[in-house]
Amino acid sequence: MNFKQKYVFLFPGLFVLIGILIFPIIFVVRLSLSGWNSYNGLNFIGLENYIRLFTDDPRFWQSFFRLSFLSVTTVVLQYVIGFALAHMVWKDIKFQRFFRVLFLIPMMTTPVIMTVIWRTFFHESLGPVNDILSNFGMSPKWLTDPTLAKITVIIVEVWQWTPFMFLLLLAGLLSLPKEPFLAAAIDGASPIRKFIYVTFPLMAPISIGAIIIRLIEASKIMDTVYVLTSGGPGTSTETSSFYIFIKGLREFQMGYAASMSFTYLIIMIISLTFIAKGLTKLLLKD
Amino acid sequence: MGKLYKFLKYSFITIWTVFVVAPFLWALTTSFKDFNSVNGGATYIPWVDFEPKLEGWKVLIKSPANGGVDIIEPYFNSLFVTCTASLISIVLGTLSAYALSRFTFKAGFVKNNDITFFFISQRIMPPIVLSIPFFLFLGAIDLLDSLIGLIVVYIVLLMPIAVWIMVDFFNKVPREIDETALIDGCNPYQAFFKVVLPNSVPGLIVAGMFCIIFGWIDFFFAFILTFTEVQLLPVKIVALNSSITPWWSLSASALVSVAPLIIVAFIVERYLSKGNLSGAIK
Repeated sequence: MNFKQKYVFLFPGLFVLIGILIFPIIFVVRLSLSGWNSYNGLNFIGLENYIRLFTDDPRFWQSFFRLSFLSVTTVVLQYVIGFALAHMVWKDIKFQRFFRVLFLIPMMTTPVIMTVIWRTFFHESLGPVNDILSNFGMSPKWLTDPTLAKITVIIVEVWQWTPFMFLLLLAGLLSLPKEPFLAAAIDGASPIRKFIYVTFPLMAPISIGAIIIRLIEASKIMDTVYVLTSGGPGTSTETSSFYIFIKGLREFQMGYAASMSFTYLIIMIISLTFIAKGLTKLLLKD
Repeated sequence: MGKLYKFLKYSFITIWTVFVVAPFLWALTTSFKDFNSVNGGATYIPWVDFEPKLEGWKVLIKSPANGGVDIIEPYFNSLFVTCTASLISIVLGTLSAYALSRFTFKAGFVKNNDITFFFISQRIMPPIVLSIPFFLFLGAIDLLDSLIGLIVVYIVLLMPIAVWIMVDFFNKVPREIDETALIDGCNPYQAFFKVVLPNSVPGLIVAGMFCIIFGWIDFFFAFILTFTEVQLLPVKIVALNSSITPWWSLSASALVSVAPLIIVAFIVERYLSKGNLSGAIK
């Protein structure tokens, strides 16, 4: 089909999006090549910000690797747990609707607000977790120990976003064709073999989609970190976004923050493309 | 084999259920505590472990002058911003999605898929990248700290979701539907509004729910782009999280803020069971 009217359908949305985004994006690039302060505004300093970023700022790269670690770990956990849960409530189970709704609820809650609750939950002396653990003579410092703080962030992220993975994978499972399962049943395949040879391969394209979507969202981890630990103790839970936020909107080094934002965006696009290609190769061999 | 699997399955579901419910139960009991029962260590059961008080809930409806928290105005601000931005995103996103699903576009090397990718790729953009220019720009046109400014920003967050879900949905609506309407003498607008749209209600509902979820739970932009004039709910509640945190009112307000979206969970589950989200991620 081809009509002149097709532009009337496409353009309002496209132009609103471009209209809102075009100046901010051009501005980030321009800002990243500038020094910025309140009395003489933008002054062009060429690539100075980028040189500083690549040669003289280990903190940015540390925060980037920390972010990679946190997002990959949480997404892998979310995928495994989400797939298990989706598979369990896919077919005959008592109270099916109840469990499906219950497992969806965490993603409907505002991350920052639930993180405030988690903070009280993991409170060292007044929270229930340490209250229970103290019966066994333990009182871990959930939020002030560098390693445990990372684990706490991971626990909260897994709680918050496993439901999203669960939703996408359950939707996928519900859309699978019935014939391969009938064939497997006729062949008398055991449940484990059925899963390995039928369910999992059929779910591969959906799995890739879900993992990529979650990686994109997980790479923005920021709210949770801000409320839970404020990047601390020290910088042990500081992610890229949070570091850029500190430089840009706390220390007002806008030009430098813009150059970090831009670099970060480019790295994200490149690495997500590679991950998507890698996963496709790995899971869709045949 | 069968028994062991069943045992593992039900224990896993039980453990996960406890994990999902735990913070809500903790917030619920905490919301009925007062200063003494919070600072006496963790307690769980009202009347047995501690004397329940309504202080946390009463504070929510008092005005700030009387030591209240006043979350009513932020609540309606959040509702207004989320719903308006979702509505605009759905309308514009659905039109664009229909065009991308039905017609072919070509401008140089840019084709349909590239345009679709352009829409969806806006989700890859980390909020922090946009926050600094948005901060300066909204300041320049005097929309910083205003509802309209936030709505404009939220459209960027939500339209990609609407396009993503609707393109896929329209791809599954048989083309014969529009073709028949066109042969019957409708123009393309009539074909869309009178024939295709009424058949797309489930897709529109799923897309709408997703927009509302991702609008309602955003904190970052509201946090950076508003200060005192306009406050959204998450920002208001997180502001309670200061040095001497009133856990009771914090818990009560958290529960109030979470409540409306539980309904969304039911709606999403209902349409999920009918298989309306299935193709969206392939």
